[in-house]
Amino acid sequence: MSVEAHEVVPIPVPREESIPEAARRKLSSPWASGLVILITILWTIPTFGLLVTSLRPAEDATSSGWWTIFTNPTLTLHNYSEVITGGNVIPNGIAPYFFNSFAIAIPAAIFPLVIASMAAYAIAWIPFRGATIIFFVIFALQVIPLQMSLLPLLKMFNTGWSLGPIPLFPDLNKPGSEQSIFVGTYIPLWVAHTMFALPLAIFLLHNFVSQLPRELFEAARVDGASHFLIFRKLVLPLTVPAIASFAIFQFLWVWNDLLVALTFAGGTPDVAPITAYLANIKGSYGAQLHLITAGAFVAIIVPLIVFFSLQRFFVRGLLAGSVKG
Amino acid sequence: MEQLTSGLAKVGTALGAVAIVLGLLLIIFFVGARAKGKLQFPAAIIVFLGPAILLLAYGLIAPAFLTTVGSFKGPNGQDFVGLQNYGWIFTVEANRTFLINTVLWIVIAPLFSTGIGLMLALLLDRMRRESISKSLIFMPMAISFVGAGIIWGLVYEYRDPSQEQVGLLSQIVMWLGVKEPPNWLLFQPWNNFFLMVIMIWIQVGFAMVVLSAAIKAIPGDVVEAAELDGATGWKLFSRVTIPMVRSTLIVVLTTIIIAVLKVFDIVRVMTNGNFGTQVVANEMYAQAFVQFDVGRGSALAVVLFVAIIPLIAYNVIQLRKERTIR
Repeated sequence: MSVEAHEVVPIPVPREESIPEAARRKLSSPWASGLVILITILWTIPTFGLLVTSLRPAEDATSSGWWTIFTNPTLTLHNYSEVITGGNVIPNGIAPYFFNSFAIAIPAAIFPLVIASMAAYAIAWIPFRGATIIFFVIFALQVIPLQMSLLPLLKMFNTGWSLGPIPLFPDLNKPGSEQSIFVGTYIPLWVAHTMFALPLAIFLLHNFVSQLPRELFEAARVDGASHFLIFRKLVLPLTVPAIASFAIFQFLWVWNDLLVALTFAGGTPDVAPITAYLANIKGSYGAQLHLITAGAFVAIIVPLIVFFSLQRFFVRGLLAGSVKG
Repeated sequence: MEQLTSGLAKVGTALGAVAIVLGLLLIIFFVGARAKGKLQFPAAIIVFLGPAILLLAYGLIAPAFLTTVGSFKGPNGQDFVGLQNYGWIFTVEANRTFLINTVLWIVIAPLFSTGIGLMLALLLDRMRRESISKSLIFMPMAISFVGAGIIWGLVYEYRDPSQEQVGLLSQIVMWLGVKEPPNWLLFQPWNNFFLMVIMIWIQVGFAMVVLSAAIKAIPGDVVEAAELDGATGWKLFSRVTIPMVRSTLIVVLTTIIIAVLKVFDIVRVMTNGNFGTQVVANEMYAQAFVQFDVGRGSALAVVLFVAIIPLIAYNVIQLRKERTIR
């Protein structure tokens, strides 16, 4: 998945009723189906070519097209073992980066959701002046592209921030060294991803939370329940579908991210995710088609599994921007 | 084996961090719930809204301010240089390339993505079995730009025409009778379009799924009434379908334009901005993190920011309108 999915804005949710079945049958024509099938094939071939190339022996992959496997079917899993555990070309293999991607993406999907669902509840159900303004300001914050935040945030983690003499963020160094304690940890990545995810997460979850029935909250308040109790016992359980949709979204977004990864993790095996590693080896070993394709497939298999098994939630997340309730 | 244990240890650390953060939140919750009487309300606001506001202030609001200030400073971010960085962006001859390319990207890629997506949504609406096609066309959305770059790098792979071809595109045009296919990624200015194809490949699925939902949401009686009045084919499409999904179309278009404006990964992975394919977002990365010219990098980020403002402003206005209707 890509950056733009992060920018989802209000979209009408489909009602169950559709164009009547009779009209649909009348309109369905062989050329329409044919065209769709043609585009489907066109859209799938590039990925299929990647898969086939990743399974071909080195000399075949670099000297003939992948479509020749139909006449000369030799396939091997050797590229995968070399890419994953390391070999002559790629010494250490892709495995550390693969685990880094998980270690980055799981917390970076959970943190913004927890914080955003709390904020969404406050804006929707704790009555206070300025709630609407805060909601619109948060929505409008999507205007700030990632690029605006990268340099200042990097500085914040490396040397701290201060407004004149007032420290806004301390300069935390490792004991006896000039290096920031954040270097070589996942913390900047988690924090940055959480920050960047919040505007959209709050927007989407607010739309969901604000549509929960009012009587529910009024009854709970009358019974003397605090906001904390209502949130834990009522809101969280009822928001699970929306949370699941957004969690999948955010997980895929973080897994696929390159810009934040390059900025805050560099290319070290300690913390860099698989996308950063692939971008690097694409530059240096781009000619080793059999290895680069196997590496790419390892990187895309996780989002593809998530996508195909949870597509329903994914689509719902995509359409969840609805403000027409 | 060793790799597996160290890898799992990393994931374990990450899960530990999640547990710690959630634990901290729980503690704050219990403390907040202790608040009685007049303190109850402010305590709730601070606990629920505080973390989000703090993170937004540190992560977006303050950085936006600092970057704007930084864009008026020199390479090291120390002394003020006025509008020099902006002057550099817009007047230096060599920078025309990335400015023009970015304009081409934001015009062409969104139009094609939305156009093809709309066509597919309409066609799919007429098919009874649509799910497999829909899933496969939507699939690129789940693939990273880096992965997509490698997938398409294989399509555009160049070999001397005398050798056996490895790249699919070269092979296809040779089958069609072209003797010497070019090295696609070096073939100026067309290489820009070959990169845009990757973006379109990814975005069509998004446009298709969202527009397909909008088309399905058109009430059946509207279509039936139009058909009773004799509207068919093109007329039904231009007079009924398009006006009914107009707002969704605009949302899809603006969303893709914003994504395209920020496109960085595709260009970086495919050409790194060489051979006349540079765009603003990749130039920003190059200036900030390769040349270490903080001033120019910041100014380029501000240019992106300013370009996105009208798009989001439009969406906010739309949102307010819908709010007041409701």
